[in-house]
Amino acid sequence: MLLEKKVSFMIISVASGKGGTGKTTVAVNLALSLENVQFLDCDVEEPNAQIFLKPSILDQKKAGVLIPKVDPTKCNDCGRCQDVCAFHAIAALPPYDGKKGKVLVFPHLCHGCGACSLLCPQKAIEEVEKDIGIIEIGEIQGIHFVHGRLNVGEAMSPPLIRQVKTYINRARTVIIDAPPGTSCPVITTVKGSDFCLLVTEPTPFGLNDLILAVEVLRKLQIPFGVVINRADIGDDKVEAYCENAKISVLMRIPFSKEIAVSYSNGIPIVSLDHSYREKFINLYREICRIANETNTCH
Amino acid sequence: MKQILVISGKGGTGKTVVTGSFAALARNKVMVDCDVDAADLHLLLHPVVKEHHEFRSGQSAVIDHLLCKKCGKCVSVCRYGAIKADYTIEHFSCEGCGLCSRVCPEHAIHMEENIAGEWFVSDTQYGPFVHAKLGIAQENSGKLVAKIRQVAKELAEQQALDYVIIDGPPGIGCPVIASLSGVDCALIVTEPTLSGLHDAKRVIDVAEHFHIPVKLVVNKYDLNVAMTGKIEEFCSTRNVPVIGKIIFDKTVVQALVAGKTIVEHAECAAGDEVRKIWEAFRN
Repeated sequence: MLLEKKVSFMIISVASGKGGTGKTTVAVNLALSLENVQFLDCDVEEPNAQIFLKPSILDQKKAGVLIPKVDPTKCNDCGRCQDVCAFHAIAALPPYDGKKGKVLVFPHLCHGCGACSLLCPQKAIEEVEKDIGIIEIGEIQGIHFVHGRLNVGEAMSPPLIRQVKTYINRARTVIIDAPPGTSCPVITTVKGSDFCLLVTEPTPFGLNDLILAVEVLRKLQIPFGVVINRADIGDDKVEAYCENAKISVLMRIPFSKEIAVSYSNGIPIVSLDHSYREKFINLYREICRIANETNTCH
Repeated sequence: MKQILVISGKGGTGKTVVTGSFAALARNKVMVDCDVDAADLHLLLHPVVKEHHEFRSGQSAVIDHLLCKKCGKCVSVCRYGAIKADYTIEHFSCEGCGLCSRVCPEHAIHMEENIAGEWFVSDTQYGPFVHAKLGIAQENSGKLVAKIRQVAKELAEQQALDYVIIDGPPGIGCPVIASLSGVDCALIVTEPTLSGLHDAKRVIDVAEHFHIPVKLVVNKYDLNVAMTGKIEEFCSTRNVPVIGKIIFDKTVVQALVAGKTIVEHAECAAGDEVRKIWEAFRN
């Protein structure tokens, strides 16, 4: 067990709180600057890393969740399934007016916990897969690429994120692009990471959402550091906050119209300006330095 | 009374900057911030909180260690990996299904209601404002969105207001769907980047899926005029009216830093365009 941990590489997630601060930019450019990388895009609602990495997709798999399917010939209308469902995703209509009862399933409310099927006294419920999205696996310049894409109209992304994360290969440095925000999709994504980079911008919005993201990472006990993007716009309150809260600012990327324009065309910074490769390698070294204090980096 | 929503798909395209300006431009409305897990609109509206409520939603399992015999039954049925090796619950992994408590032979597990966040009704210089804060590492953001929308709608009905103006979350998942449901129109704010185009397509699809009419604006359109053209082209194939193009204007960040909406901060090109957008959107 100990030996296994020693040979494994780091899992680094890139998150932000506020959207549009440059998560994908940092994740993609970090991946392109390192060797032996696996890249996971867990922003399954809006997966954008593929725009910049342009991987060749080698495999595509459907992703699903388990939902109940009731066999009416076995069901005796006892209503147990409805009683045990915490999410109101199953309704047992009792027999009425000489007609047999009926069990209705509401798939969009189902969390796939399996309580109804496990606890049905008649064993009348089996679980069937319902598609919620796809997972694509690809390769680009030695980077092993995996992303998920949630189907339009599907509300729950965490099950798909969990399935993308089953592809994690600890024989590589794993870089995970997280969705914005601070709720369940983000928690599901960053959980289990050895380190989390928080990308922010020096504006009141950037600061407000950074503070929320920091609270989340502290609760999850994941070591983290900050990257300030467009570091020369706005004000200096993000810097002041980080200094006061003893949070390491690991990188500052100044605003550049050239970078913004190349981003808009799907071109990574390291392809535009090769000097950035060294900067991202330094960022990785800084991550290792901090993570080493918690003994996870090799 | 009309309910109107500002969304984007991609984060950071300028939703809140646009919504904040609508707060200054629209008369007779209630403002709502539905981006409950990274709410920012309050930084422009400077609310004075009048009502403060707990948001109780969902449950979490709690194991009684005096009763637990560590038989492992709960671990075997939990699909969320929420029961740790020492038979304590990892709260942020527990979805509150309660299956563990039902299968425990020792009746050692009970469910407790979560305080998943808080919500507020506030006064601002622009009128009433309903907003919320999801608890740290909590879930059920969709339900919190639904809750504050219902509160805002009731408030609008009581006070005979003309608009409920909603700042939406990014993405296309549960809080976005909860924000979209039943609105009269959604405004998509995007940016002229491949990511902005890709995400706008997805969010247009979601709105269409729920039969919500949409209009679109391109923020910072001059950063990539060709990409703006592609977005306009795409919108015309989907019959989505493009009702404005906001220039990349450094005044926007200055206004943000000053905690002001762009239509009030200083005379600027971006502010002028947002005024036109409001006139085109409100109808």
